[in-house]
Amino acid sequence: MSVLIYAESDNGSLRKGAFEVASYAKGVADALGTTVTAVTVNVDDVAVLGSYGVSKVLKVSDDKLSKFQAKAYSSVIEQAAKAEESQVVILSSSTDSKYAAPLLGVALNAAVASNVVKLPKSTSPFVVERTAFTNKAFQDTQLNSAIKVICVSNNAYGVKEDNVTAVAEDFLPSIDAGNLEVVSIDKATDKVSIADADVVVSGGRGLKGPENWHLIEDLATVLGAATACSKPVSDMGWRPHSEHVGQTGKPVATNLYIAVGISGAIQHLAGINASKVKVVVNTDPEAPFFKAADYGVVGDAFEVVPQLIEKLKAFKSAN
Amino acid sequence: MKILVCISHVPDTTSKINFTDGDTKFDVNGVSFVINPNDEFGLTRAMWFKEKQGASVDVVNVGGPETEPTIRKCLAIGADNAIRVNANPSDSFFVAQELASVAKNGGYDLIIAGRESIDYNGGVVPGMLAALLEANFVNTCISLEVDGTTATAIREIDGGKETIKTALPLVIGGQKGLVEESDLRIPNMRGIMMARKKPLTVVEPTGSASQTETTSFSKPAPKGSVTLVPADNLDELISLLHNEAKVI
Repeated sequence: MSVLIYAESDNGSLRKGAFEVASYAKGVADALGTTVTAVTVNVDDVAVLGSYGVSKVLKVSDDKLSKFQAKAYSSVIEQAAKAEESQVVILSSSTDSKYAAPLLGVALNAAVASNVVKLPKSTSPFVVERTAFTNKAFQDTQLNSAIKVICVSNNAYGVKEDNVTAVAEDFLPSIDAGNLEVVSIDKATDKVSIADADVVVSGGRGLKGPENWHLIEDLATVLGAATACSKPVSDMGWRPHSEHVGQTGKPVATNLYIAVGISGAIQHLAGINASKVKVVVNTDPEAPFFKAADYGVVGDAFEVVPQLIEKLKAFKSAN
Repeated sequence: MKILVCISHVPDTTSKINFTDGDTKFDVNGVSFVINPNDEFGLTRAMWFKEKQGASVDVVNVGGPETEPTIRKCLAIGADNAIRVNANPSDSFFVAQELASVAKNGGYDLIIAGRESIDYNGGVVPGMLAALLEANFVNTCISLEVDGTTATAIREIDGGKETIKTALPLVIGGQKGLVEESDLRIPNMRGIMMARKKPLTVVEPTGSASQTETTSFSKPAPKGSVTLVPADNLDELISLLHNEAKVI
């Protein structure tokens, strides 16, 4: 009857999102008077999950699962949910988790609620708050199925430490990869992804051209941040689509979002609205972004950003 | 190749979002509706398959009569036939079951849906549809080629992309990248005239069940005003981010 989570990993290491999902699940388990069980895939060291409230870990180790495959992974989670008789299964809002969640929902005959930002308002009936209309609204959704699948929004609930002892056991599900072969993965290993980043530095048309992107990249490097861009910038081909954040691009829910030379079209603001602290640098004091930001600098990116980089370097070495 | 493109009828991205009926329903007053952008990228890719590989392209929507202008626009862009399932799209599972029923009846090889609709942002219909059809599934799909019954797709992953080989029948959850923004088509007069004569078949729902219901909507609390920092005093910005916001 435990609450089950899929604790996501990358090359054998648990991802940050796994700890947030565990923390959230502990809150749900407390409300239901039960405990949290995690299922992991090809992760050796799982004891750390106890620090986020996980009591039991079902460890799956299989070379057939070396690359993420939604069907195979959702089947593993399904088997774990059945073994644990879980009524609630919780995943993150990563690209992979959102790929697997609907397959899992159908397999378990479970309702799926994605982009969930808070602990359930009630557990009977089971009501969760999720974002809708690209962060322009919240939707209270009642899940009426016996089993519920929840995808927790990144960075909404946060990581909460606990001190449970996680007991690990090997779990041997049957594995069905389906008729789908991952031929190649093209992933920058030296860069933090927008999904995993605590800080995102984003550039817009105010940068005047792709040749000036070193400003964004250098600022991101100092902050250990991911880089992103506005829609016009990706449409003009200055930056890849994968960096486009906004309503039709990627949503960003990070601790700190720094927008440089982005005016703040409504579609852009919607996409980044879930970020906690927003900073804007723009020459135009009338830019709509100033109404959405927490901190603003009216100034030329070509003057402000190099200074900011130097000052942040000094700050980082002093702290 | 028979292609089915699933179309969601959504508020334009610039719409003001308000609620009515005691904050339980989206207020459509003054809102203009469009083809869901993620679906439009997929529809445009489908047009490529039609023109280059002789595919047939049908579109389907689950919705009331009010969605027909959006469906007609798909026909004007170049889809051959349209199907409207005459039902309120009450939740993802309901919509996925209705789409699955249409897909099974039509014997489609490739089903293109958008990664998510920009209204409820559920992002689960394509996957549920694939699971119900027991078809292969690629989500967050940014490139798709089909050769016979083999498909090569590129999927966006966190921090990169992944190339996948799979086979038809296939369901994809598509997004920008399938085609570029500049490839999107504005229907011309000829297309609009032809769309009037193309079949738009209305079918009744099969009696699928919903699993969820919306109990209420709310809007984020209004934001406080911005703290402006002079461009020549960036130390203050760093101090605010460190001491006040505690994010660096």
